[in-house]
Amino acid sequence: MKLIRIKELLKADVLCLEECLDNEIKIACGSDLMSDVLAFIKPNALLLTGLTNSQVVRTAEMAEVSAICFVRGKTPDTNTIELAKERKIPLLTTKYSMYECCGRLYQNGLPACGIPK
Amino acid sequence: MRDKKKDTSSFSSAEKIPRNKKGAAITKVQELVYELKVGDAMHKNMITASVDTSMRQLREILRSHRISGTPIMDGDKLVGIVSIEDFIKWLAEGGKDCSIREKMTKNVKTLYADEPLVHAVSKLEQMGFGRFPVLDRQSNKLVGVITKGDIIESLLRELEVDYHEEEIHRYRASHIFEDIIADKATLTFQYSVKAKDFSRAGEVSSALRKTLNRLGIHPNIVRRAAIASYEAEMNVVIYTDGGEIVMTVRPDKIQIDVKDSGPGIADIKKAFEPGYSTAPDWVRELGFGAGMGLCNIKKCSDETVLNSTVGKGTHLKVSINMNTAER
Repeated sequence: MKLIRIKELLKADVLCLEECLDNEIKIACGSDLMSDVLAFIKPNALLLTGLTNSQVVRTAEMAEVSAICFVRGKTPDTNTIELAKERKIPLLTTKYSMYECCGRLYQNGLPACGIPK
Repeated sequence: MRDKKKDTSSFSSAEKIPRNKKGAAITKVQELVYELKVGDAMHKNMITASVDTSMRQLREILRSHRISGTPIMDGDKLVGIVSIEDFIKWLAEGGKDCSIREKMTKNVKTLYADEPLVHAVSKLEQMGFGRFPVLDRQSNKLVGVITKGDIIESLLRELEVDYHEEEIHRYRASHIFEDIIADKATLTFQYSVKAKDFSRAGEVSSALRKTLNRLGIHPNIVRRAAIASYEAEMNVVIYTDGGEIVMTVRPDKIQIDVKDSGPGIADIKKAFEPGYSTAPDWVRELGFGAGMGLCNIKKCSDETVLNSTVGKGTHLKVSINMNTAER
């Protein structure tokens, strides 16, 4: 699913790297616990989170997350946005809750990053 | 004012391209004209004119867009083409205003978007036209126009991409290890980690990750090393008074040593249990400290050794074998 489609489904605003909206997203993951993200996420993923500190972007960088969407209308500070720009990770923000976001994306065919055996 | 025929000669057909004189670059172009498709090189936002346009209006269209010809459409169907040549002929005949329909070339030579670029090159040469309308093979609809300029531009673009890849290639460590003559070669990278500086936490792992990428290490290995190092770095930032991370890269494995000078871990066995954490609330609020760090590190590595003395410090040793890329 293209990031632009995700933006539409979540009625999200783009905080940085609008030019990356054509990027292909294969899976999504919703978490506020960065260690869980590091443990389970796979490349080419969208990260949905309610956390807005710079560690979210750092985590995304390490775990090769393709894009981050902040839920419930949250926006990070400018330093975090700058860091994301530098690391080429597009940031979005949506007014929907985490659960609503997950539901909308899953319903439209964006899978999770694997089901535990 | 027909486009100078001479210009195309160097691209005329792949067979004719001189190989010996200019060597590799020409051969690369030769490769590319076969690899690339007409659809890759054509421009899609082309100017077209309706068959009912008058020749006078057309003059304005050509002038304002600085083009020397345009496909003529009847609805969404391609019905002809007008070139500068048609235009000059019209002027020579007195230039009386009439519709394009009467003056256009009706027997249009076209190309399909999925044809190799070399077809466009040889057709341009053979027929001496300045442009070809490009059709989609399935729908037969006009999807673009290709000119000599488009071909040159696309080739230059591809050559540039190749050049960048070549540049990146030069950084590869696999080459370093191949080039170095020694019985045993090890690269060492040392980083210091500041305590409690949460906004900068992760910079070391970011640098370490970039370094491994530049060294051309397999992406899966880089990912595991970066995640392990990041979790370890966070631990140093959160719990200790600062420390250092030393990464050693050998042809067969990467080792990451994370050392700090206190306070040390009282119960190492417990520290490895998922969910066990002594993190204060401020750390948890930042998305860490849920007792998953060491588990994650273990998951990412092939060998994890943790030594710690309360009051003295902790030494975490993480190894990742290079031959486990597909793990």
